[in-house]
Amino acid sequence: MYKATVIVKRRPTILDPQGKAVEQGAKLLGFNNVQNTRIGKYIEFFVDTNNKDAAEKEVREYSEKLLSNPIMEDFEFSLTEWTPSEEKVK
Amino acid sequence: MKPKFGVVVFPGSNCDYDAYYAMKKVLGYDAEFLWHKDNDLKNSDVIILPGGFSYGDYLRTGAIARFSPIMDSVYSFAEKGGIVMGICNGFQILLEIGLLPGVMLQNVSLKFVCKDVYLRIENNNTIFTKSINQKTIKIPVKHGEGNYFADDETIKSLEENSQILFRYSSNEGEVAEVYNPNGASRNIAGVMNKRQNVMGLMPHPENACDPVLRKTDGALIFNSVVKSLF
Repeated sequence: MYKATVIVKRRPTILDPQGKAVEQGAKLLGFNNVQNTRIGKYIEFFVDTNNKDAAEKEVREYSEKLLSNPIMEDFEFSLTEWTPSEEKVK
Repeated sequence: MKPKFGVVVFPGSNCDYDAYYAMKKVLGYDAEFLWHKDNDLKNSDVIILPGGFSYGDYLRTGAIARFSPIMDSVYSFAEKGGIVMGICNGFQILLEIGLLPGVMLQNVSLKFVCKDVYLRIENNNTIFTKSINQKTIKIPVKHGEGNYFADDETIKSLEENSQILFRYSSNEGEVAEVYNPNGASRNIAGVMNKRQNVMGLMPHPENACDPVLRKTDGALIFNSVVKSLF
């Protein structure tokens, strides 16, 4: 089994109103060096296969078709081998 | 024979009854709900994807609804030239499924906007606008993510192919940033596909049909569609 983590980021050319608003909060708190706050998504899940290539293919397709919208977002992902007994999934 | 509007019901749709009511009770057309898990369009002449928050707007607006079984049927209906209207969340679903170009971002203000706006009709030679004899129409918007965005190339091609249907404007039809409720690229409120049988718009024409609400410009769009059917 693999554990997948996917990060979906808004393309640099696309406006991120949420990031801008959060950065206003940073200024109010006095974090004056903070610049260019951008907010994305972090998604994790398990892939029930022992074949790394198959896992990669599935994660890539899932990310392309549903988790991100290629018009405004880019994604990156990583896979780590996982033994289910290591952590109880709630 | 009465024209029939099929109104798709997704989990989280909240303007489905408004659309049904406007079509059936106010305008006197036939209307039927279409359940998202079905794939039967029940011989509808026009499909309405209504407003709301399908699947809680999780992930991205419209991103999950586009994979509903009914959307397969809507997609092939549209491909065959069938008339599809996406209102608000329905517009977002049409963008996600790729029947219309572009994406929807959060309003620049980060606020939910709920007010009447004026729309300038950018193309009056379409099934949606042909019988409208006004330069602008007044209908309400109510959304948090109506900031239409497409890259320059897409916008250029939309303009060249006259696919932009409505722009936010003044009462007199002046298009300026001050009339833009959400930051949409070039004040775009509604667009069509190239074939001009699929359209999406952020404002809610179904909420401007009943005279009791003292605004009826929304009816002009639906009546125009019906006229084009016969």
